[in-house]
Amino acid sequence: MMKVGIIGVGITPFRPTTPEFSWKELTYDGAQRAYADAGIDPREDVDTFITCAEDYYEGFGIFDEFTPDQLGAVMRPMHTVGGDGIAGLANAFMIIQSGIADIAVVESHSKASDILTYQGIVAHGLDPIWNKPLGGHPNLIAGLEMDAYLRASGNTAKDCAAVVAKNRQAALHNPIAGHAARVTPEQAEGSPALWAPLRTLDVAPLADGCVVLVVASEKAARKARTTPVWIRGVGWATETPSLETRDWTTSPATRIAASMAYDMAKVRNPAQAFDIAEIDDRFSYKELQHFEALGLARKGQAGKMARRGDLEAGGKFPTNVSGGSLGCGNVLEACGLHRLAEAVLQLRGDAGAHQVDGARTAIVQSWRGLPAASCGVAILGVGR
Amino acid sequence: MRKVAVVGAGMTLFRRRLQETGKELAFEAARMALDQAGIEINDVDAVIHGTAPDAFDGVHMKGEYLADGSGGARKRYMRVFTGGGTGVFSAIAGWWHVASGLADVALVVNEEKMSSCQPHPQSVFAYIWDPILDRPLKPNLVWIFAMEMNRYMTVHKIPYEDIARVAVKNKRNAAGHPCAQLADANITLDDVMNSEIMAWPVRRLDISPPSDGAAAVVLASEDVVRKRKMKEHAAWIRGVGWCIDSTMWTDRDLYFPEYVARAAKMAYRQAKIDDPRKQIDFAEPYDPFDYKELHHLEGLGLADKGKAGLMTREGVTERDGDFPVCPSGGLMGVGNPIAATLGIKIGELYWQLTGQSGKRQIPNEVRTGVCQAWGDLMQFGSVMVMGT
Amino acid sequence: MTSRISKWPGVELGRKEIETGKVTSVRYRPDAKFAWSAGEAMSRFLAELQEGRMIARTCNGCERILFPPRMFCEECFRPTDAWVYVRDTGTIETYSISYLDTDARRITEPILVGVVSIDGASPKMGVMHYFGEMTKDEVRIGMRVKAKWKPKEERVGSVLDIEYFRPLREGEG
Repeated sequence: MMKVGIIGVGITPFRPTTPEFSWKELTYDGAQRAYADAGIDPREDVDTFITCAEDYYEGFGIFDEFTPDQLGAVMRPMHTVGGDGIAGLANAFMIIQSGIADIAVVESHSKASDILTYQGIVAHGLDPIWNKPLGGHPNLIAGLEMDAYLRASGNTAKDCAAVVAKNRQAALHNPIAGHAARVTPEQAEGSPALWAPLRTLDVAPLADGCVVLVVASEKAARKARTTPVWIRGVGWATETPSLETRDWTTSPATRIAASMAYDMAKVRNPAQAFDIAEIDDRFSYKELQHFEALGLARKGQAGKMARRGDLEAGGKFPTNVSGGSLGCGNVLEACGLHRLAEAVLQLRGDAGAHQVDGARTAIVQSWRGLPAASCGVAILGVGR
Repeated sequence: MRKVAVVGAGMTLFRRRLQETGKELAFEAARMALDQAGIEINDVDAVIHGTAPDAFDGVHMKGEYLADGSGGARKRYMRVFTGGGTGVFSAIAGWWHVASGLADVALVVNEEKMSSCQPHPQSVFAYIWDPILDRPLKPNLVWIFAMEMNRYMTVHKIPYEDIARVAVKNKRNAAGHPCAQLADANITLDDVMNSEIMAWPVRRLDISPPSDGAAAVVLASEDVVRKRKMKEHAAWIRGVGWCIDSTMWTDRDLYFPEYVARAAKMAYRQAKIDDPRKQIDFAEPYDPFDYKELHHLEGLGLADKGKAGLMTREGVTERDGDFPVCPSGGLMGVGNPIAATLGIKIGELYWQLTGQSGKRQIPNEVRTGVCQAWGDLMQFGSVMVMGT
Repeated sequence: MTSRISKWPGVELGRKEIETGKVTSVRYRPDAKFAWSAGEAMSRFLAELQEGRMIARTCNGCERILFPPRMFCEECFRPTDAWVYVRDTGTIETYSISYLDTDARRITEPILVGVVSIDGASPKMGVMHYFGEMTKDEVRIGMRVKAKWKPKEERVGSVLDIEYFRPLREGEG
């Protein structure tokens, strides 16, 4: 299998609203940043374009129609993945491995501020026969899962509050973050428990933003102006969509995706293999659940690590030093791509104020949000 | 480049309304394809799912919802979506899962349940238009087809009769398809040409119907085909291509689908085809409307611009003609469950090439075929060349 | 395949079986409302329509005048350069005579609709709109047309500030 690397990254600042941009103009902004970073001309150098999007997040019947112009993909091979950024990256990886492309572009964005009824959209993802008739706020599902997970793992609500504080504060050092704030664990624990045990500050606030990655075959990557960040392993999986038969505690989709990525990257001891982790934290407990599902800590240990400060930038296992979704903002399907971009910047030494010194390998994980059961895992590294 | 073959296919009936849920339809098609291929779900390394607008089935993140019915639960599962192009495109995505080496066996499952949408699936098409430029005019989907058809006919001076002939051919061909929704062995040119005008120049019998349905194919690498002795029922994927044109459809001349031509070029290059009309034996272009078969034949380089109509007129594209086109009966005859047309494009190529098309089998020997799907706002083309 | 498979899955239903409840169904109306930021290009485009004007953007890279306007050129992939007004006259590139409304219901008075390429913009740069003051037998590709604007007080900044395009008269344009 040939090496495939990420040679360009573009992230627009994440903001609660972006009224001055249409979603096309926002995407153009992300794209031109990525192309400038990679030093490429999309009209000449890119073989295939991929966007990660869902119709109902955008408000269109066939969102795929509205994608090419602002990416430079007019009259080029381009497609939409109904999946998150890591799924998009996986497709870029496979297309390049198949030999028909040298350079691929993966884009995803959120214009959540254009959605007037976000709760209704999330609820629209529920099973029409079994779940929709029950009504209620979709965050109830996260509340149920949080309860089940904390009981099964032994982690506590206090541990989750520590995650909230860590990520919201870490975001203060990330110039693109949309929801940086000096939130304390006490504040998090005191926020209204609207979907107990899930509290309002446990939920990552929405943000608008666009992330674009440029992915290249080894041949093309060696000519890039940036240090290639190699994709050493990639995995993706979907658990059963049925809430009634799903495993509510161990995130099987993460475990299956991780196992695929670890095989590919020949990682035998995940807890020791990575310098940093960027993993989904759309709900605070998810950071702990995913950390354990990835095998980075045993069941019940992630919470202790969070409270000890092990997961902070200066700690034993810096996790979500970007600020995560809690601190930067939930950018819907772009979350996975965002974390990939953050990891790339870290491994290149380009993370500025929130750089973790000496980071050479990263594990990146994503989840698609309620009520989805799909996760992706990518392992990135620099050097040989 | 790793060789990949289609080793099994399955599909459900295509009907205006089916009782099965979307999950059940996906399961039926997937189960049939696996059985036909002699593969068990545990042997499948990756599942690729194709389904068109979520709004039809009425579930956001429809791909997630259909994962279990598609065999994707607890597996590598990937949903791709290119509007109407998904019928061929999901198989292309399946191809790269195997060609890349990340999967040895892939299952591609496409589903559509348009009947869920009330009062009529047509209403969903209100949401495919640009909200500022187009939607305020309250357009109907048939308008764009009508505008494209008019442009095509006018630029090339094509008589309507040549277009209507395609509807007759395909609806008659569909009489040989066990899943067909709109087969009519006795339909005449007059029937089509006298059917009521919907949006001129489009008449009722020029249009394929909305349908419920599902289809699936199993893809396997060369090694698997050899180890499991599947060569007898394997059809090889020789070339894949896809291309998307600008969203700004009012800035384009609709008389020729340049994006289909580019997608075809990409696929032909991979398949080492430089004279498609000679090196390919039959074609399954996308025919949601009858004129589209002609439009796409030209886009695929199988007829000169403006000349595809002559082929139908002269009987060239009949099943027993020199160059059979839509031997399945196409969308016009079998039905149009958008992404599930996988069954009559990829599926038909597979069945024809492996001699399994029964009543629809092309009498001449066929060794190479091309299929194509089309989607979005007159914008996207996906092409696959297969051969034995 | 037809020799190996005898039963094709799928149970067909008729409309009545659902309407009369013979088949159990669940109904749901999604709560899905959006308000898209028009962004820089479209905001100006709409504001100009309210003033009774059509505006485009130029790209010095490919030397095209882009209509509808956009802040980036999709061919050159660079920012567009300047605003420029274009005419409210043009040529019919294609059209349809529709007996269907937006929900596929039949109507007796047909809607005439099509694409007009706008004078002053690069060739083929067009917009979809209705046609008026012409019969279905008169409408044709190549006809020269002009926008009929709503009175100023009725314009709101929408493509509907133009009522329709009508045949160009002697001495106009």
